[in-house]
Amino acid sequence: MNWHRTFTVARTDVKQLVLAKDFWMPMGILGSIFFVVVPLVLLLSIASLGDNPAVQNVAETLEVLPPQAQEQIQGDTPQGRTSYALAVFLFAPMAVVVPLTISTAVGAASLVGERERGTGEFLAHSPASTSEIYLGKLMASLVPGYFTTMVGFTAYSLIVNLIVGPEVGGWFFPTQQWWLLMLWVLPGFLLIGLSLVLRLSGKVKSTAAAQQASGLITLPLIAISYAQASGALYGTTTTTVMIGAIAWSIGITSTWRGMRGVKRQRLLGVADGV
Amino acid sequence: MSLHTPAVALHGVFKSFNDKPALCDLTVVAPQGTITVLLGPNGAGKTTAIRCITGAMSPDSGSIRALGFDPNTDGEAVRRDCGVVSAKPALYDRLSGWDNLVYAAELHGVNKANIAARVMASAERFGIEHALDEQVGGYSTGMKTRLALARSVLHEPRLLLFDEPTSGLDPESAQAVLGLIREMTADGHTVVMCTHHLVEAEGLADHIVVLEAGTDLVAGAPAELVRQYWPEDSVLIAVEHDPASVAPFKDLAELPGVRRIEPTSEGGRGPEARVVLDHPAVTPDVVARLIATGCRIRKIVPHEPSLEELYFAVRRSTRDLSEGEAAAAHTESDREKVTR
Repeated sequence: MNWHRTFTVARTDVKQLVLAKDFWMPMGILGSIFFVVVPLVLLLSIASLGDNPAVQNVAETLEVLPPQAQEQIQGDTPQGRTSYALAVFLFAPMAVVVPLTISTAVGAASLVGERERGTGEFLAHSPASTSEIYLGKLMASLVPGYFTTMVGFTAYSLIVNLIVGPEVGGWFFPTQQWWLLMLWVLPGFLLIGLSLVLRLSGKVKSTAAAQQASGLITLPLIAISYAQASGALYGTTTTTVMIGAIAWSIGITSTWRGMRGVKRQRLLGVADGV
Repeated sequence: MSLHTPAVALHGVFKSFNDKPALCDLTVVAPQGTITVLLGPNGAGKTTAIRCITGAMSPDSGSIRALGFDPNTDGEAVRRDCGVVSAKPALYDRLSGWDNLVYAAELHGVNKANIAARVMASAERFGIEHALDEQVGGYSTGMKTRLALARSVLHEPRLLLFDEPTSGLDPESAQAVLGLIREMTADGHTVVMCTHHLVEAEGLADHIVVLEAGTDLVAGAPAELVRQYWPEDSVLIAVEHDPASVAPFKDLAELPGVRRIEPTSEGGRGPEARVVLDHPAVTPDVVARLIATGCRIRKIVPHEPSLEELYFAVRRSTRDLSEGEAAAAHTESDREKVTR
């Protein structure tokens, strides 16, 4: 395994994505909708409504949350408690949806895209091993989604602290659970998704087929990640660490299998059982 | 690898895709420091052969050695010392020419300190240095081919594999590219080139392998192959039409050293024939006899078959052979029916 070649593949792929305005523009829009527009609208609405009956009703429903989660909720007024709960618990799954959507879109096109553009011929004749190519492509697919999420997360943190912070006694976000979610749980789920999508990308005939097939993988994965991300936030730190560890171990196993499963011949434009 | 070991040697290689044979008992030997041209129509298996040489594709059976290694087990060692130009240049359109070259240099393990110098040197060699900052998507076909050629040599490989390197180029650019390929063997590189353009191979090939349906029909140096298919010396003679002379070449048959006369065509300006000789030294006697008989010679040229003639002669003889085999098999089956 030559790490220099792996990073070279990853870096070159990322560079191509950066140069593709038609790629990063929608990516930026998606990230800003989930991390800026929707939270801003919701949190500002609650702030402007004040302590009216609707907000009080929502505050009452917070009692259905697990005791650990209820203990975390800060704020003295129903408005403050509602805003806190929305900021900390409701938007958590968005942190999973955005990177998975972006990264799987990139990953689905990665190997089959080389083949479609004819550049797979260059890679196939290069000294890079299929494992290095696979891993390089996986890294390159992971970067845009994770980067967008981290930028979005930073913006989200600012919004939450500026709007909800005064209600609950100062800046409070990100909480410890959120740090764990973003830095530990989320990359694990991304790895599972991408390792599967890249394996698909190395097997199908076209990018369109890869996108379709990757949807079949990512949708259930998003549902699982959504549930687990929520669980990670509602539960204890140990639960969150455990969820992340399980995701990482599945992701690493799947990546390992993917590295060994890609065939050099698949990079070429030949119809060998494809 | 010793000097006498071929740079590339394929023996009895078979490869099929979904039960369709692409290579069928293919044998190719490319000596070191030469240009070996794989000549054949589309679908003859040229590209598949190149892919098997680098280990990009594994054969179903047969043995392959490239630069002393088995590409199936030591593929990385082979590919590190190979430069490949595919029929489509396989360049990254969004990246600049410079980035494309740097990417290749890094994958081939060129020392980081030397990359810039190597990239510049190879770009200058193929006259593409002025466009290195531009995105490759905006390059013309000729520029892309030049960039692909520059990319193939920047890591100083010992073996160069070119698959239809002039496809899509105008005649002038194609000539320039062929000239550059010729230069490379002067530097000690071994070149294996695929083409179906006979004119390209003419004068470029040190060694030819004619392929058809994944099989090598003949292989050897062009001069050797010509001698194999045309073992006799001959001259082509054209004379002006003379109504008084019914058979202007008839007298030549009696001349010592003339084996036979084969009329080729009756051109608008007069008869033409191929005169087969014992030795080229008989040619002046032939000319003298024709003049003596009152013929006005329009043209006399030693018959030096072109690669095109050779190619078609090879394919014709193979077809005749397979038709003969088919006929023999048919006769055999008829005989069996009668016996039954």
